[in-house]
Amino acid sequence: MPEVENEIVVDDPQAPAEDSPALAGARNVEIVTCLLLLAFAALMAFDNWRIGMGWAPDGPRAGYFPFYLSMILGAASLYGLVARLMRRARDDDTFVTRDQFRRVLQVFIPTCLFCLVTQWLGIYVASLLLVAGFMRFIGRLAWWKSLLTSFVFTLAMFVTFEIAFDVIMPKGPLEALFGH
Amino acid sequence: MEALGLLLHGFHVLLTFKILSLMLVGLVLGIFVGVLPGLGGPNGVAILLPLTFTMDPTSAIVMLSCIYWGALFGGAITSILFNIPGEAWSVATTFDGYPMAQQGRAAEALTAAFTSSFIGSLVAVLLITFLAPGIASFALQFGPPEFFAVYFLTFCSFVGLGKEEKHKTLISMSLGLLIAGIGMDTVSAQLRMTFGWSELYRGINFLVAVIGLFGISEILLTMEERLALRGHAARISLGVVLKVWKEMPRYWVTLLRSSAIGCWLGITPGGAIAASFMGYNLAKRFAKDKKGFGKGRIEGVFAPETAAHASGTAALLPMLALGIPGSGTAAILLGGLMVWGLNPGPLLFVEHKDFVWGLIASMYLGNVVGLVIVLSTVPVFAAVLRVPFAAIAPMIVVSCAVGAYAIQNAMFDIWLMLGFGVVGYVFKKIGIPLAPFTLALVLGNRAEDSFRLSMIGAGGDMSVFWSNRLVGSITTLALILLFWPLIANVWGRVTGGPAKQ
Repeated sequence: MPEVENEIVVDDPQAPAEDSPALAGARNVEIVTCLLLLAFAALMAFDNWRIGMGWAPDGPRAGYFPFYLSMILGAASLYGLVARLMRRARDDDTFVTRDQFRRVLQVFIPTCLFCLVTQWLGIYVASLLLVAGFMRFIGRLAWWKSLLTSFVFTLAMFVTFEIAFDVIMPKGPLEALFGH
Repeated sequence: MEALGLLLHGFHVLLTFKILSLMLVGLVLGIFVGVLPGLGGPNGVAILLPLTFTMDPTSAIVMLSCIYWGALFGGAITSILFNIPGEAWSVATTFDGYPMAQQGRAAEALTAAFTSSFIGSLVAVLLITFLAPGIASFALQFGPPEFFAVYFLTFCSFVGLGKEEKHKTLISMSLGLLIAGIGMDTVSAQLRMTFGWSELYRGINFLVAVIGLFGISEILLTMEERLALRGHAARISLGVVLKVWKEMPRYWVTLLRSSAIGCWLGITPGGAIAASFMGYNLAKRFAKDKKGFGKGRIEGVFAPETAAHASGTAALLPMLALGIPGSGTAAILLGGLMVWGLNPGPLLFVEHKDFVWGLIASMYLGNVVGLVIVLSTVPVFAAVLRVPFAAIAPMIVVSCAVGAYAIQNAMFDIWLMLGFGVVGYVFKKIGIPLAPFTLALVLGNRAEDSFRLSMIGAGGDMSVFWSNRLVGSITTLALILLFWPLIANVWGRVTGGPAKQ
């Protein structure tokens, strides 16, 4: 079968380096997560205790079920915390390396900005900006490719949701210009 | 043979131009979702769910379940051609699929994968067709205590049988149940855990959480990796297809075994991932030529793919019959049912015959059509991987945001999705499983309601969960499963055998 031998190759020049130094260890992240979960459980337990976690004449009160759940959550995260603290720090895995974290932020920060812009200018303008900006600045793709892709994609979304399926999206001043 | 008549009725519902075209769209979208990095079955279904909000429930479920079938098919393409499992359940397919592609037998491997997927789901659909109505009509006698016992059983089996550390499963599950409880209490109409924050009054929507947990977090995780890839392009010719099909009957034992494993694991909340590995390992154990595995044996593709598809399909059985999803994706479909205004549970079979049988008929048809599509269009989908991730990532983010917003038309939900994205990222990296969280979130309110209704009915007497033979045995089974690791350990010591090696 000769046709099988053509290869598909995609390169990733900005890939995180293998030997990038660790930014955080899995142990520390797990400890912090358990502490946060513990705090969350305590907060929830307090609120459920406030609205009543006991029994009314006709059955459990509104806080009963979630109160005991927060107890389970608290106990499980406490167990996780202690179990993790008992284990030696030496055999720790890397949670994230510096390069990896840089890449994660490269997509996380634009996503946050996208949400902000959606709030003010509507989802379609935000989508145009996000797709074009991300392709151009993070992916280092050509301007024309970035702009064209983002325009076609956003238009397709607009047609699909606003026109074909009647799903209402947050819109801003630009859409208002076109009467939507 | 009542089921056959109803099935025919289902096909009758299905065979309209509108539903058939939605099915095609769903399958193609699904294969895309399965092929693209950073998207998978559950996220794909969650993100595309908003498309169906304005449809009638039957068209909606047909399209969504076709996305699911498509994703199951698509996962095999990347694992065989690129050695990149598009889905966790395709990992086992890479063991023999990729070596086959390296030897220039990519077309053979792909045909084997698609065909065995098809067989696996066919077995599971047959099971659903003939078993689900029976289970549903049996479950019609269930009262609140029985339902709570079944929910309890589901949760316990996750904790007891899951591979993850027990306290992590417990964290994930109790957190999901707690978050499900935020907002207005359904029994007393009291607000709870809202801290006076009006955005929380309506509660945290299950789908918003899922889109964040699976969609956004997956993008973050994918970015961490080196995204370079190198693989083979393949075209499947009719000759290869016929050749593989001719060989296939020889492996009927493997196919049957994998289907059975898949069906079993799909119905119990274990999921397709475990099934595919188990199918592979058992095929290896029973094979005469064990050394050939991992070097490109076609049997090593048949076994995991059949099991993965069988379990992915069988996961819909408890969802339809009892309202309890057997997998993460089934949980999302269940969330969809509620959005479309249907009440999941055994009454579906009575009140919404069109819906249920349309869905079951679509499983048959969807898998046949899906098989034809993937066999004929592999080169197109393999080429999708040439598209740089920098173009795909922002599009997925936008789709996630659209999905999250559309559910309740709330900007707050987009922020919530972002938050859940971070939670999902951290949880995945420190090994807290997300499936129990999803399940708890979607079942939380129903479980609590059935608990409280049984308590109200019994005047606060816990013994109601042992009040008759049925509910008693379910509750006891649940407790046994919950403490299963402990029991197995003690049992091992009593009998003198090594409990752990």
